[in-house]
Amino acid sequence: MELCQLTAYQLHEMLMRKEVTSREITESVLKRIAKVEDRIHAFITLTPDVARQQAALADARIQNGETTPLTGIPLAIKDLICTQGVRTTCGSHILENYIPPYDATVIEKLKAAGAVLVGKANMDEFAMGSSTENSFFGPTRNPWDLERIPGGSSGGAAAAVAAGECIASLGSDTGGSIRQPASCCGVVGIKPTYGRVSRYGLVAFASSLDQIGPFSKDVRDAALLLQAICGHDFRDSTSVNVPVPDFTQSLVDNVRGMILGIPKECFREGLDPEVESAFREAVRNLEKLGAKTVEVSLPHSEYALAVYYIIAPAEASSNLARYDGVKYGFRAKGSFDLMEMYKETRSQGFGAEVKRRIMLGTYALSAGYYEAYYRKAAQVRTLVRQDFEKTFAHCDVLLTPTAPTPAFKLGEKVDDPLQMYLSDIFTIPCNLAGLPGLSLPSGFSKQGLPIGLQILANHFQEEKMLRAAYVYEQNTEYHLRQPAL
Amino acid sequence: MKITKEEVEHIAYLARLKFNAQEEELFTTQLNSILDYMEQLGKVDTTNVEPTFHAVAGKNVFREDSVAPSISQDLSLSNAPDRDRGFFRVPKIIE
Repeated sequence: MELCQLTAYQLHEMLMRKEVTSREITESVLKRIAKVEDRIHAFITLTPDVARQQAALADARIQNGETTPLTGIPLAIKDLICTQGVRTTCGSHILENYIPPYDATVIEKLKAAGAVLVGKANMDEFAMGSSTENSFFGPTRNPWDLERIPGGSSGGAAAAVAAGECIASLGSDTGGSIRQPASCCGVVGIKPTYGRVSRYGLVAFASSLDQIGPFSKDVRDAALLLQAICGHDFRDSTSVNVPVPDFTQSLVDNVRGMILGIPKECFREGLDPEVESAFREAVRNLEKLGAKTVEVSLPHSEYALAVYYIIAPAEASSNLARYDGVKYGFRAKGSFDLMEMYKETRSQGFGAEVKRRIMLGTYALSAGYYEAYYRKAAQVRTLVRQDFEKTFAHCDVLLTPTAPTPAFKLGEKVDDPLQMYLSDIFTIPCNLAGLPGLSLPSGFSKQGLPIGLQILANHFQEEKMLRAAYVYEQNTEYHLRQPAL
Repeated sequence: MKITKEEVEHIAYLARLKFNAQEEELFTTQLNSILDYMEQLGKVDTTNVEPTFHAVAGKNVFREDSVAPSISQDLSLSNAPDRDRGFFRVPKIIE
C-alpha cells in the first residue's frame, strides 16, 4: 500500500509516531498524480510547489509538537473556493485567469491546521451540472471506469480522493454536488447543515443552498475535515452561531436505539434495480446491528426537483450578473459600446449550461412570471421543509439511495438537460430544507461501479448522521476497495 | 409553448446574453421542455403557505462599524481586464 492510499487518520498517527514525514506523504501523492492524472483529469491547476513548501512547514510544526489531525495531510480543493495567489477558475472561461487576492475562510482554517494544498479540483462550470462534463477545461473521468462520469459538480474533488491523488478534499453542494459524486466515485462526502460552514470566499452559485463540505476515504476522515472547517464567521452573515460539537465523539460502533426513517418515495420509477437492492441490503444491515427502521413519507419530495430548478437558477442569474468584463475575469476582445461589451463578454465567457440556467432564472424572476414561478417554488419549498420537520419529530436520521443509478457514461446525458437534472432527485430536497446529508459507499454494481447510501439528519445534527454512517462502515467493507489504475 | 422565440430574445437582453439563430432555436426548445416539467407545481395547493427564501431562519446581522485590515487598491484592481491610474476602465458610456 502506498502512502497516498491511506486515510488522513492513519497518516496522522504515523506522523505522530515519526514513522513518516509530510514531505514523504506529499511526494507519494505527487507521484500518484504524475501516474494517473493524464487519465483522470481531476485537477484544473496543480500546485506542487505550494504543496512542498507547506509540507516542509508541516514537518517543522510536527517536530515542535504543534500538530492537528490535518497537519501535513495533502488535500485538493474544488476550484470555486478562493485561494490567495492560486488561480481559481470555477471551471469557467470567464474566470480562467482569476487569481484571488484573499483566502476563503475554510482555506484560512486549513492553513492554520497545517494542511497541504496539492491543487484545485475540476468541476462543472460554476457548479452547474451532475457530471463534470460542463467544465471549460474538459471532463474528469471516473477512476472506477474511465468511460464514465465521476458525478458532479464536484467531480474532480471526488475522483481525486478515489484515485489517491490527494488524501481528502473539499467540494461544495448546492443540490447534491458533494453527495452524488461521492456516490459515483465510492468515497464519503458530507454536505453540512446550511450555515454550519462559512461561505466567505466560496464563489456563489445559489446562495440560499450552497454549502462547502468534505470528501474522504472513510467516515472518520470526513468527521476530521468537517471539524476543521465548521464554525461561525462574521464575514458570512448566513453562517450560524451555534457550538461545534466534537464530531469524533460520534464515531462509536453502536447504533442501538436509533430510529431510521425510510421514505417510501425512494422506491420510485427510474431507481436502478441494483441501486435498490444495495439500498435494501444496507437497511437490513443496520436493522441487524440494532437500529429500528420505520417507513416515513415525504409527500412533497416529488416536487423538489421542479422547485430547485426555479430557485437555484433564479439565485444564479442574480449572482452571475457580476461577471461583466469590468472588475475581474475575461473581457471580449473588440471595440464595443458598453452594452455590446457586456453581451459579448458574457456570451463568450459562459458555457451552454450556465447560459441555460441564467436564462431560466432571469425568466422566473421577470415581470409577470415571478408569482407563477419563483414565489410558487418558494412556497412549495416550505412544504418540502415541513415534510422533513414532521419525520424528524420521530426519526433520528433518514436513509435513501444517494443517486438513482450508478455513474453513467460520458456524453450519455449532455443533450438532455432534464435527464441530467434527474441525477439529483434524492439529494436536492435536503438542500431546499438546509439539512445536513452524507453519502458513503454501500455496494458495487455487477459492472464494478460504486453505489452510495445517503443519510440525512435534522438541522445541526451531523452527529447522528455520522454515527449511523460510522456503524454501517465498521460493519461493511465497501469503503476499503480501491479502483485499479 | 410556454416561451416563444421573441421572449427568449427579450430574456437574453435582460441577462446581457446574445445567441445566434441556431442557439436561439435550441434554447427555446430546451427551456420549453424544462418549463413544462415545472408545470407540476401547479398541482400543489399553496393557499396560505408562506414562502421559504432561506432554509435556516435568519435575521439581520449587525456588527460594529470599525476599521479592519483590507486589501490595497492595487490588489483589488489586479484582476481587472483593463485599468488606468487606479480605476477600472470601460468602453465610453456618455456620447
